[in-house]
Amino acid sequence: MALFASPRRRAIGGPPWIRAVLILVALAFLALFLVLPLVAVFREALRDGIGAYLEAIKDPDAVSAIKLTLLTAAIAVPLNIVFGVSAAWAITKFDFKGKNLLITLIDLPFSVSPVVSGLIYVLLFGAQGWLGPWLETHDIQIIFAVPGIVLATIFVTFPFVARELIPLMAEQGRDDEEAALSLGASGWQTFWRVTVPNIRWGLLYGVLLCNARAMGEFGAVSVVSGHIRGETNTMPLHVEILYNEYNFAASFAVASLLALLALVTLVLKSALEWRYGYHGSNTGH
Amino acid sequence: MRTGAAASGTRRRARLREPSIMPGFGLTLGFTIAYLSLIVLIPLSALFVRTAMGGWHEFIEVAFSRRAVASYRLTFGASLVAASVNMVFGLIIAWVLVRYRFPGKRLASAIVDLPFALPTAVAGIALTALYANTGWIGRYLDPLGIEVAYKPLGIIVALTFIGLPFVVRSVEPVLADLGSDVEEAASSLGASRWQTFRLVILPAILPALFTGFALALARAIGEYGSVIFIAGNMPFQTEISPLLIVTQLEQFDYAGATGIAVVMLVVSFLLLALINLIQHWSRTRLAG
Repeated sequence: MALFASPRRRAIGGPPWIRAVLILVALAFLALFLVLPLVAVFREALRDGIGAYLEAIKDPDAVSAIKLTLLTAAIAVPLNIVFGVSAAWAITKFDFKGKNLLITLIDLPFSVSPVVSGLIYVLLFGAQGWLGPWLETHDIQIIFAVPGIVLATIFVTFPFVARELIPLMAEQGRDDEEAALSLGASGWQTFWRVTVPNIRWGLLYGVLLCNARAMGEFGAVSVVSGHIRGETNTMPLHVEILYNEYNFAASFAVASLLALLALVTLVLKSALEWRYGYHGSNTGH
Repeated sequence: MRTGAAASGTRRRARLREPSIMPGFGLTLGFTIAYLSLIVLIPLSALFVRTAMGGWHEFIEVAFSRRAVASYRLTFGASLVAASVNMVFGLIIAWVLVRYRFPGKRLASAIVDLPFALPTAVAGIALTALYANTGWIGRYLDPLGIEVAYKPLGIIVALTFIGLPFVVRSVEPVLADLGSDVEEAASSLGASRWQTFRLVILPAILPALFTGFALALARAIGEYGSVIFIAGNMPFQTEISPLLIVTQLEQFDYAGATGIAVVMLVVSFLLLALINLIQHWSRTRLAG
C-alpha cells in the first residue's frame, strides 16, 4: 500500500485494490501495445544471429538508404528550424491581423494524410503534373528523385519547430528583447544573445521530434520516391522492400536502426523534461 | 513598446500591425508566408484545382465509386473503434500517471510517446510479426479462432498503436491541473467515489478527452505506414483509403487518386474545425 499511496489524494484515489487494478491495466496496455512491438523488432532482427544482422546493415543498398535518410533530414530539419524560428518571431513579437489564421495554416500539414502529402507534389511536379512538361524540357527531375523526397519530408515535418516555439515565446513575452534593444543591442545581437538562450530547450525539443519524423517518414516519401534501389530508397522504404521480398531478418535489421533512433529520441526528450522541467506543447504528432 | 489600449484601438483599423521597436517584422513574416505558400498552400491548392478542372460529375464518380466507398467505410470505422479504445485506455493511463506513484512510472510515461518516435513502417512490420498466426500474440489467439493480421481487426490494432499518445497527452495536463480539493469536497459532502468521478472529474476533463479522441481519429484516418503491412489490402475488404490512393497513382489514375484525396482532406479539415470548436467551448466554459 505504501508503494502506491499518494497521501495528498487519498480522498479520490480509493482503496488500494482500485489503485492496483488501474495501475495494472495501464501497464498491461502499455506493455502489450507499445513495449512488445519494440521488443519484437530487435528479436526478429537478431533471429539469424549477429553475423546476418551486420551483413544486412552493411549491404550496399542498405548503406545508400541510410545515407539518403541522413541527407534528407540534414536538408529538411534546418530549413524547418529557420522557418519555425522565423514564424514564431513574427507571431509572438508583433501584433498583426490574421495571426490566428496564420497559426492554423502552419498546423495544416499535421491534418493531411501522409499519402496525400506526397500526392500533391506528384500533381505539381510529376510527368502528368502542371510543371511536368517544363521540368522535362529543362531536364530537372523532382518526382522519383531526391528533391521530391526532400520536399515531401519538409511538408510532413513542417509544423514541428514552429508549434513548439510559438506557445513558448508567447509566454516569455517581449520584455527581455525590448530591454536589450533599448540598451543599444542590434536586432541580431538581441536574437542570438537574448532570444536563443531563452528558447533553446523548446527549440531542441521541436528539433528532436522534427528529426525523428523526417528520418522515419514513410507514406509521403513512398508516393514520390519511385523505389529505385540504391538511389531513391530511404531507410523506411528499404524496410518495406526487404519485407515484401520475404527477407524478414534483413528488413527487421534495418528497422532496428530506426527503432534505436526512436529510443534515442525518447531518452533525450525525457531528459529534457526531467532535467530542465521543460514540457512540450505538442499534444500529439 | 505597446501603445496605450485606447490609442491602439483607433490605430489598429488603419495599420496592419501595431508599432513596435522590435526589429525583423518584414523579414520574418515575409519569409514565413513565402515558405508556407511554397511548401504547403500552393501544392495543397493544386489538389482542389485539379479536381475542379475535372468537373463535379467526374469527382462524384471517382470519389464515390463502390471501391472507394468501401475503403471509406473501413477507414473511418476502424479509426472510430481505435480512437474509442484509446479514449478509454488513454484516460486510465493518464489517470495512473498523474495520480499514483509506482515504480517505473517515469519509464511508463516516456514509453507513451513511442508511437510519435517510432517510424510507422517499423511499427507496421513489428505488429504484423506479433499478430501473425505464428507470432508471440497471434499464436495464442489463433486457437481461439481470432484472426488479427490481414483482417480488419489488424487495422484497428495498428491504429490503436498510433493514436494512444494523443489521448494520454491531451488529458494529462488537465488532470494534473484539476486539484484534489474539489474531489475532497465532493467526497466530504457524501458523494461516492463513482459519483465524484462521474459528476466532478469527468465533466472537467471532458473537453480534453474529446480533443484527444478527435486528434487520434484524425491521425488514424490518414495513417498509411503502420496499416498496410498488417492489413490484407484486399479491395472491398481490407483496403484503406490511403492505400487506394497509392494503388490508383501506380496505375496512373490521377483523377481517381485526387478525388479520394479531396474527400479525405475535407474530412480532416472538418475534424480540425471540430477540435478548434471543442477547445473554444472549453475555454469559454472555464471562463464563464
